[in-house]
Amino acid sequence: MTELTPLLRASNLTKKFGGVTAVSNVDFDLQEGQLLGVIGPNGSGKTTLVNLITGFVKPTAGRIEFRGKDITGWPPYKVVSEGISRTFQMVRPFYQLPAYKNLIVPLYSPRVKKLAGGKYGNRDAVALDLLEEVGFERDAHVSYKKAGALPQGYLKRLELAKSMALRPDLIILDELFSGLSLAEVASIVPIIEKLKHQGKTIIMIEHRLKELFRIADRVMVLNYGRKIAEGKAKDVMESPDVKEAYLGSEAE
Amino acid sequence: MNRRKERIDRGVKARSADIFALTSYREMLYLMIPGAVPVVALLCFSPMLSDYWREVIISTAIYALLAMSWDMLMCAGLLSLGQSLFFGIGSYISGSLNYYAGLPPILTLPIATILGGLLCTVLLLPVLRLRGIYFAMVTLVVPLMLSRLVEATRILGGTEGLTGLTPFPNQLTALFIIQLALLATLFGFRRIMGSDYGLVVKGISDNDRSVMSAGLNIYWYKAQVLFLGASVGCFAGAFGTHMDMFAGMPGFALDYSIMPVAAAVVGGVGTFAGPLIGAFILVPLSEMLRALGSLRMVFYGLFLVVFVVGMPEGIFAYIQRKYQQMERWVDVS
Repeated sequence: MTELTPLLRASNLTKKFGGVTAVSNVDFDLQEGQLLGVIGPNGSGKTTLVNLITGFVKPTAGRIEFRGKDITGWPPYKVVSEGISRTFQMVRPFYQLPAYKNLIVPLYSPRVKKLAGGKYGNRDAVALDLLEEVGFERDAHVSYKKAGALPQGYLKRLELAKSMALRPDLIILDELFSGLSLAEVASIVPIIEKLKHQGKTIIMIEHRLKELFRIADRVMVLNYGRKIAEGKAKDVMESPDVKEAYLGSEAE
Repeated sequence: MNRRKERIDRGVKARSADIFALTSYREMLYLMIPGAVPVVALLCFSPMLSDYWREVIISTAIYALLAMSWDMLMCAGLLSLGQSLFFGIGSYISGSLNYYAGLPPILTLPIATILGGLLCTVLLLPVLRLRGIYFAMVTLVVPLMLSRLVEATRILGGTEGLTGLTPFPNQLTALFIIQLALLATLFGFRRIMGSDYGLVVKGISDNDRSVMSAGLNIYWYKAQVLFLGASVGCFAGAFGTHMDMFAGMPGFALDYSIMPVAAAVVGGVGTFAGPLIGAFILVPLSEMLRALGSLRMVFYGLFLVVFVVGMPEGIFAYIQRKYQQMERWVDVS
């Protein structure tokens, strides 16, 4: 295998909401095991891009391929069973349930049942293990607390655990760091690095550039739905287009 | 000086929450009594009542089944205002099987339950995407449409309905069949919703996007829940038909839609036992108020309003709390 087919390939991806073009002619390839950062100002179409890939929104035009298979316009549950999972920017857990019970829903999915070989044994135990992996201290019984009583940092970790529970090949993290303190971000970064070492492919939508640049292999910049730059973090930030769009005031 | 009510779990509740409940009879009894006592009481005392009150229990149970069916749909976030659709369809299926094909109730009841459940699911399949009040409006309209369809096309006996259907052998048989169905539905539904499958269903009503992103086809799950709810409703309809020896347009009447909702609200939504208790309060109450003549509806409505305002959590949650928790007033200054 010299010429690898990319894990994910988007070509000419376009989405129009009425008269507004949220994503316009975006092309990109993502190789297995890479971490792609997607940055851009507010309203530049980053979340729409995630929704397009995961099937929450159907593209107006263009094509998405996962492992060479055309998944354009598939419903979300099918996309997940191919191996793509995502987190939401606005966390909305099941507030009345204990944190670990929140993971039962993804653990119930057909994909996990298939990978685990038929019926899953003890979902509660798997859920508790997963939560420990994302930093729920087992000794402190945080996993048993109601999700509604948890601070934002834990809710974001819970969101991450939910997407990890699906045993995905590609994880899309939609602004996982937003609303977190520096210390909390610093404690989540190693979890993402660990996922990367396990060979997972990751797309990160992020506003925290410093942390993102430390772990991203490549960065893609969107502005008004267009891709204006792609490449190594350093090169991208030096491109005049990006400076103007993203850091407008500094470039002046 | 302000006072606040403090609630603490009883010791026996905390202890019996896990496998340790098996260590003493006292704790096992604590867990079993809330379920066992009403069941035994219902089964033992209902045959001792007079014919009239047995009849009341039977019609109460029909409403209770519809109320639990409503509650099941509500668990998946499907707000239904058309339980009469299920009642009517179950009623017409068992009625016509009996009228045209001469099948006895022992066959028409299960056929109407399964076939009716499937038929209602297929009928409502196109609107499963709708949520909240939009779904409710459709369910409200469909039974009215069907009853006008029967009237206009004169199929299935038209406005006359199908009369002279086979009744149950005797009242006691009917009483036991409906009570068995009631208990099977109650414990079956509670069991389903207590499992991991139930978590998924509740997840759909709480946060459907999250369930979608977990790789589950929410429409498939909604259809399953709809089938469960609809078949219980259709059973109620089929049973009512053989009870009255009549299937007709009144099966689609608004009563069968409104009463289950009222019962569920009074009893406590989402608990299944709540709607059951609610029906067992509301239906006999409306029977007792018959003596008041025209004022009946006024008192009935008044009771409903007082109840909903005074106890919004429902009777079941209230009883459960009293059973599991100690309450005392503490001063906070």
